[in-house]
Amino acid sequence: MYEFEYVRPQTVATAVEQGGAGQYLAGGMTLLPTLKLRLAQPGRLVDLNALPELQGIRVDGNVVRIGAMTRHADVARSAELRRAAPVLAELAGGIGDPHVRNRGTIGGSVANNDPAADYPAAVLGLGATVVTSAREIAGDDFFTGMFSTALAAGELIRRIDFPVPKRAAYAKFPNPASRYAMAGVLVAETAGGIRVAVTGAGPCVFRVPEFEAALTRRFAPEALDGLEIPSDGLNQDLHGSPEYRAALVTVMAQRAVAHAAARG
Amino acid sequence: MATVSLEVNGRAVTAEVDPRTLLVDLLRKQLRLTGTHVGCDTSQCGACVVHVDGRSVKSCTMLAVQAEGARVTTIEGLAPDGRLHPVQAAFRECHGLQCGYCTPGMIMTAVALLQEHPEPTEAQVREHLEGNICRCTGYQNIVRAILSAAQELRALPKAS
Ligand SMILES: Cc1cc2nc3c(=O)[nH]c(=O)nc-3n(C[C@H](O)[C@H](O)[C@H](O)COP(=O)(O)OP(=O)(O)OC[C@H]3O[C@@H](n4cnc5c(N)ncnc54)[C@H](O)[C@@H]3O)c2cc1C
Ligand code: FES
Ligand code: FES
Repeated sequence: MYEFEYVRPQTVATAVEQGGAGQYLAGGMTLLPTLKLRLAQPGRLVDLNALPELQGIRVDGNVVRIGAMTRHADVARSAELRRAAPVLAELAGGIGDPHVRNRGTIGGSVANNDPAADYPAAVLGLGATVVTSAREIAGDDFFTGMFSTALAAGELIRRIDFPVPKRAAYAKFPNPASRYAMAGVLVAETAGGIRVAVTGAGPCVFRVPEFEAALTRRFAPEALDGLEIPSDGLNQDLHGSPEYRAALVTVMAQRAVAHAAARG
Repeated sequence: MATVSLEVNGRAVTAEVDPRTLLVDLLRKQLRLTGTHVGCDTSQCGACVVHVDGRSVKSCTMLAVQAEGARVTTIEGLAPDGRLHPVQAAFRECHGLQCGYCTPGMIMTAVALLQEHPEPTEAQVREHLEGNICRCTGYQNIVRAILSAAQELRALPKAS
């Protein structure tokens, strides 16, 4: 690692002040490996781990609010979430491994926007709102490309607000070694209609209007029979070709629909 | 340099560290607790797993300064009086190790699992080992050891 200054602010206001000239450290599950490889050289790390107001899960009527510093393990084991929006607990419980889930946070995952990360599918698929130190950003506008988001330099994610879906489920085909998604699909019936969000398959999470239209006509796995997204532009690596990923997207979407439909 | 104060295996410790120092390096190099291993240094293998405030973490992926005020338990802390912890004893009994490199991480992971789920199924044990790599055993006897330790621990009178 290159040298850096380490600070651990005790208030969000101080963190934002210090963040302008530095980089936030949340669970460190992505950032510390990146620093070890010397792929980044922040002059200052602003550790968010002493800010209780960024932690915790609150269900407010039809909205689930999850603080940016809430660990994947806490989302996975939240009894409140298992009642209000089980899809979120399920998704978080499938991230990486238990040790990664004990440190990694929702804010870090969403800010990082790894093309194969799970949470972006939830933010986009459930039509969530990302609440930052400066504004509220709609899920539809947040993810702007591979590893890039609408966040400005120094902008801090405070929490993410998820509208409670009528029913929703997430299905992923994990890379057998890393557990990141080769293809992960979140299907949700929301107040604003059916939403389908895909992660892992392309350079950035995206929605699939054709699937959404088909599922609006009939919310059943068979509604997607014979439908496939174009493989152009999908990820190609040693784990799978774009064509393979396109096929996976349909299969995962059908599994998610079956699971969501079973939830009633 | 920065000062970090924490509790390691029940003992209060204060150390001077460069902010870049990883928790595992504080434990191994400065505190000489070499039971915790470094297998990959890239957050993959779980050889470095310790407990921080009761939760299993990869100590190669946490800065030492982040452990300020924390309660850290390493493999050495499981057998303070030289008597093996039931999970350690089960690994020996069931031949849950060969070269032993992954073993401290496996055992710390198993202890955390059994604290949360005293009666895991075999599938739950295997799933819980997702972040721990063993290059020798093929996992079979590790899983057997953990299931046997679970039984053993359930039979013990509850510690208050
Ligand atoms: C072995 C392993 C397996 C994994 N498997 C999966 C998987 O299957 N699925 C998956 O989705 N992920 C996986 N991950 C990634 C994991 O979920 C990380 O926790 C996550 O990507 C980053 O979150 P973090 O809290 O660790 O953030 P950090 O690493 O601390 O930070 C990541 C980035 O986000 C920025 N940041 C952090 N918090 C904020 C905030 N509140 N506001 C603004 N910017 C912020 C940081 O500055 C940094 O640039 C895996 C990681 C590892 C090591
Ligand atoms: S040494 Fe920490 S995960 Fe391998
Ligand atoms: S016993 Fe050798 S790596 Fe597990």
